[in-house]
Amino acid sequence: MVLSLRLQTKELDMYSELVMEHFRNPRNMGSIEDADGVGEVGNPQCGDMMRITIKVKDDVLEDIKFQTLGCGAAVATSSMVTEMAKGKSLEEAITISNKAVAEALGGLPPAKMHCSNLAADGLRAAIDDYRAKQAAKTS
Amino acid sequence: MNRVIYLDHAATTPADPEVVAVMQPWHSELFGNPSTVYSLGLTSSEALQEAREVVARFLGAAPEEIYFTSGGTESDNWALTGTADALAGKGKHLVTSGIEHHAVLETTEYMEKRGYEVTRVPVDSGGLVDPEDVRRALRPDTILISVMHANNEVGTIQPIAEIGKVAKEAGVLFHTDAVQTGGKMPLDVNDLGVDMLSLSAHKFYGPKGVGLLYVRKKTRITPLLHGGGQERGRRAGTHNVPGIMGLAKAVELAAARMSEDALREAALRDRLWSGLEAAIPCIFQNGDPAHRLPNNLNVRLEGIEGESMILMLDMEGICVSSGSACTTGSLEPSHVLLAMGVPAENAHGSLRITLGRSTTDEDIDHFIQVFPPIVDRLREMSPVWCSRCACKQRN
Repeated sequence: MVLSLRLQTKELDMYSELVMEHFRNPRNMGSIEDADGVGEVGNPQCGDMMRITIKVKDDVLEDIKFQTLGCGAAVATSSMVTEMAKGKSLEEAITISNKAVAEALGGLPPAKMHCSNLAADGLRAAIDDYRAKQAAKTS
Repeated sequence: MNRVIYLDHAATTPADPEVVAVMQPWHSELFGNPSTVYSLGLTSSEALQEAREVVARFLGAAPEEIYFTSGGTESDNWALTGTADALAGKGKHLVTSGIEHHAVLETTEYMEKRGYEVTRVPVDSGGLVDPEDVRRALRPDTILISVMHANNEVGTIQPIAEIGKVAKEAGVLFHTDAVQTGGKMPLDVNDLGVDMLSLSAHKFYGPKGVGLLYVRKKTRITPLLHGGGQERGRRAGTHNVPGIMGLAKAVELAAARMSEDALREAALRDRLWSGLEAAIPCIFQNGDPAHRLPNNLNVRLEGIEGESMILMLDMEGICVSSGSACTTGSLEPSHVLLAMGVPAENAHGSLRITLGRSTTDEDIDHFIQVFPPIVDRLREMSPVWCSRCACKQRN
């Protein structure tokens, strides 16, 4: 810093080191072939889209993978939400909020907060899809 | 990998060492205010006059037609609001294009709020304005036409001289934002047929915070800043003498080497495109293939979003820009690409690569080497990319 100002990354509207770390090394990236539930949110026309596939065993998220088209924050929040959800019960996982994902990443620049919506919404969509399929099977 | 490969010269350029050297004394020992009458001030005012003459000669203009400003945005704002205000009694209609820089675009939107009417002529798929469309847009109450010389995103160069003829025949004032062509090609205000022209020094190896507006003699324009009467009472405020000296030096250097730079950069740019086209499926060029800036390559890639490409290239020490405005917090893709008919989802996946004096053969080789794996990785991550499918678009 030329003027030796101690600005936080958030004030500079930049990504935190943790966000960049998840962007560089995304966790659980890919697609589960025989998924029990699939969630797709966003729209390529808006430049942001996410697809989450889940594997469920005994109401627990045994495996979870994501594919994301979008900015750095969209990728990082996708990665983070899979990490937070993996191994959790569906009941627990569905309560993961957009805010919680952003906080787990050490915050997001204000302009990028909307990207965090994608991740938790995508997870919820996948769980909803799984539950709908289960309901269809039992009925 | 410590070296930074800078491929964003349309955003800004590093000031040339000669420019920096010329500016230096005007900050300190030669700090006199050019508006004062003692010798220290006179030294500054003489230097200022010399700079004005250098710049005027470069543009084929008279020195008293040059108004120094803080840069391209100020020049564009003033050209539009100043003439519109001065001519409001004559009419309240402006004609511009759909692909202007935000400095013009947002100013026209501001003028609309103030009761002016604006017609934005369309562009073709390469981003070119048809001068006949400009002619058809003219009305008896049209007071100003503003069309940019070269587009900052896709590099398309407009037929300004032809639009200039249309403007002259109709007796309507004509402004061009020449921020992207300044220092890259010869600019003659009479050949171009413009009444006003904006330039910015930092786009051609000059300092930031200084530019100019050329205003043809007898053009009616209200003052931009009121105060001490500088710039013939139209743009008050103590002159930025170091900046203006740097601007004039940058103009001198550009005039001497622009044709050599253009040939060299165009050859590198073409080699870059051939390399990328050969290595990456479903990559396309944005912009007009013939009428374009020599240093600009704008590409769109199916199945990817712009910012993630930029972040990954940044990790390799490469600086480029996106055509997507997502970085500014809006999900709106580039208005330029949309106006050219590029679908929104592809506009988001666009990348602007702009070369400059420092760009070397090795830089191009490096880019061709590191970019294809980045594209592969992002496409692998993408829910909309299908590697087995045919490309959705064609060039």
